[in-house]
Amino acid sequence: MIPTGHFLVVAALLFAIGAAGVIVRRNVLMILMSIELMLSGGSLTLIAFARHHGDVGGHGLAFLVVAVAAAEAAIGLAIIVALFRTRRTANADDANLLRDE
Amino acid sequence: MTRLHLIPLAPLLGAAICLVGARALRRTTVHVVACGSVLSAFLFSISAFVAIRHGGELREDAFTWIAAGDLRVGAAFLFDHLSGTLALVITGVGFLIHVYSTGYMHDDPSYARYFGYLNLFTGSMLVLVLADSLPLMFVGWEGVGACSYLLIGFWFHKQENADAGRKAFLVNRVGDAGFLLGIFVLWTFTGALDFAGLRANVDALGAPWLGGFSAATWAAALLFVGATGKSAQLPLYVWLPDAMAGPTPVSALIHAATMVTAGVYMVARLGFLYALAPAVLFAVAACGAATALYAATIGFAQTDIKRVLAYSTISQLGFMFLGVGAGEAEAGLFHLVTHAFFKACLFLGAGSVIHAMGGRQDVADMGGLRKKLPLTHATFLVATAAIAGVPPLSGFFSKDEILAAALHAHPALFAAGLLAAACTAFYMTRLYCLVFTGECRADAHVQAHLHESPPSMTIPLVVLAALAAVAGLPRLHFDPIVGGASVFATVVGVFVAARLYWGGAKPAARHFSATFPRLYSAVLHKYRVDEIYDFLLVRPLKGLAFVLHEVMDRRLIDGLGVHAGPQIASGLGWIARRLQNGDVQRYAALMAAGAAVIVYLALGGA
Repeated sequence: MIPTGHFLVVAALLFAIGAAGVIVRRNVLMILMSIELMLSGGSLTLIAFARHHGDVGGHGLAFLVVAVAAAEAAIGLAIIVALFRTRRTANADDANLLRDE
Repeated sequence: MTRLHLIPLAPLLGAAICLVGARALRRTTVHVVACGSVLSAFLFSISAFVAIRHGGELREDAFTWIAAGDLRVGAAFLFDHLSGTLALVITGVGFLIHVYSTGYMHDDPSYARYFGYLNLFTGSMLVLVLADSLPLMFVGWEGVGACSYLLIGFWFHKQENADAGRKAFLVNRVGDAGFLLGIFVLWTFTGALDFAGLRANVDALGAPWLGGFSAATWAAALLFVGATGKSAQLPLYVWLPDAMAGPTPVSALIHAATMVTAGVYMVARLGFLYALAPAVLFAVAACGAATALYAATIGFAQTDIKRVLAYSTISQLGFMFLGVGAGEAEAGLFHLVTHAFFKACLFLGAGSVIHAMGGRQDVADMGGLRKKLPLTHATFLVATAAIAGVPPLSGFFSKDEILAAALHAHPALFAAGLLAAACTAFYMTRLYCLVFTGECRADAHVQAHLHESPPSMTIPLVVLAALAAVAGLPRLHFDPIVGGASVFATVVGVFVAARLYWGGAKPAARHFSATFPRLYSAVLHKYRVDEIYDFLLVRPLKGLAFVLHEVMDRRLIDGLGVHAGPQIASGLGWIARRLQNGDVQRYAALMAAGAAVIVYLALGGA
C-alpha cells in the first residue's frame, strides 16, 4: 500500500508546477493549462485524504472540482478566443488597454 | 447752486457712456456726448461762480465716504474763489480742447476710447480741484495720473508711446507716495482731513517732531514732493517731455488745463499749512526758480516742436511755484490761468502745424508756414508774445506779479526768474521763427499737402488766442521797476532769437553749436538726466527685481516652498506604482511568495 505522504508529495509538485506556470508563462493558453494542473494537485490531495480516512466525501469533492474545472476551461477558452479576435494575440502582456503607461 | 457734484459728474458720465459704448456708438454721438458733458460742466461752473461773485463759498456734502472709528471722510465739494477759478479754466479750456479734438482725431479708429479718456481726465481733475478734503483730492490726483497714463500711451501699439505712458505713471507714483505720507502726517497731528478742520487745528502741527523739524514742515515738504511729481518740477519733471508721445490735444490738456496745475493748486489750497513752514515755502520758491531756468535752457536746443513746448511748460510751472513759494499764491494762480490759455493755444497751434505737415514734428522740416496756415500763424504769434511777456498781453502781467513777489522774497530768486523770462522769450521766438518764417524746408510731397486746419480746430485756437491776449486785463496793475526789467528781458530774448533764427537758422546759430560742441550736446540731450536716472535708479531697481524674481521667487519660494511638497509626494507615488503596476502575474508571484512564507512560518520556522 502506497503511503499517503507520497500522494501528497506528487500533489504538491503538481500544484507547484502549475503555480510556476501561471507566474512565468505569458501565453494565455499556457496559463489556463497551468491552472488546470494546480486544480489537479488540489483534487489529488482531496482523494489522498479520502483514502487515508476511508471517507467518500473527498471523492465527491474531487468530482465537484472536475466539474468546476470544466466550466472554467469553457469560459476561459471563450475569453481567449475573444481576446485573440480583437487583439490578434494570445500574449497576456499585450492585453494592457486599461493600464496608464 | 448747491449741486456741486454735477460739475465733476457730467464729464465722468460722459466718460462712462463713451467707454462702455465704444464699439456701438457712432462718431457723432461720441463727440456730442463728450463735448456736451464738458460744456455742461462749464455751464454749471459758471452758475456756481455767479453765486459766489460777491464773496463767500459753496459747500456740498454729497455723502459720507469713509466712516471707520475716529476717521470720517465725507465726499464733500468746495467751490470758492480758488477752486471756482480753476474749475472754470479746466472746463472752459477743456471744452475747447474737446472741440479741437473732433477735428484732430477725425480719422482715428479709437475715437470713442479717446473721448472717453479725455472726459475721464477732465472729470478727475474737477474732483481734484473741487474736493473739500485731502482723501477726495487724492482720488482726483490719482485719477489724473491714471488718465495721463492712458492718454500718453494712447497709441500703445508703438513701444515708445507705451513706455512714455508707463514712465509718466511711475514717476508720478514717486510723488504720490510723498503726497500720501503728507496726508498721514496731517491726520496724525490734527485728526482732520477736510480743509476747514485742518485750518482750525493747524496749530497742533507746530510741535517739534522728527529731526527737530515741526510736523508742519514735514507735512508741507512731503506734500510738496507730491507736487513736484504731478507738476513736473525738479527732480521729478522727466515724465513731462516724454508725455509728448500722446496725441497733441492730450498734451494741451495735460499742460494747460489739467494735471500739471494740480501741484500748484494743492500748495495754494494748503497755504495756511505752508505759512507755518517758511523753510519749505522758500524751498518751493527755489525749486520753482531753478526749474524755470533749467527747463528754459533745455528748450534752446530742442528740435521737436512739441518738446520745446513741453520744456516751456516745465519752465512756466517753475514760475508758478516761484510765485506761490514767494508767498503770493494769487500771483502763481494768475499765471496758472494765463498759462492755461496761451499754452493750450500754443499746443493746439502746434497740433494744427503737425496736422498740416502730415505728422512731422521736427522744426528742421518746417519754416514759411505763415502763408500756408494764416489762422494758425496768427494765433500762435499772439500766444508766443503772451508767453514771452510782451505787454499788454496776459503773460506780461502774470509774470510781472510773480517777479515782484520773488524780488520781495529774495533777490536771487528774482534774478533767476528774470533770466528765465529772457530765456522764455528766446526759445519761443526761436520756435516761432523756425516754424513760420523763411521758406518751407519740407519735401515737395509734404509741401503740396499743406493746408489750413478745419474750423473745428481753428475756432478753439482763435478763442484761446483772444483769451491769452486779454486775460491780463482784470489785473492791470504792475510794478514799474519789475515791469521794466521784465520787458527788457523779453526784448533781449526776442531780439537775440530773431537775429539768429529769423527766416531759418542763421550761420551764427550753427557757429555757436560748433564752437561749444559739448555744451550744445549736453543741452540737446537734456543734460543727460534720463541717462543718470537710468544708471542711478532704474538699473539698480531692475537688478533687485531680477534677484527677487529669479532667486527669491523662482528658487526659494517656488523651488522649496511650492514645488517641494508635490515632488516628494510624486516620488513616493513612483515607488508605490512599481508594486501596483497592473501585471496580474506579478501579483500572483508575490502572492505565492507570501503564501510560501506563511506556510514556512506555520510549520514552525524550521
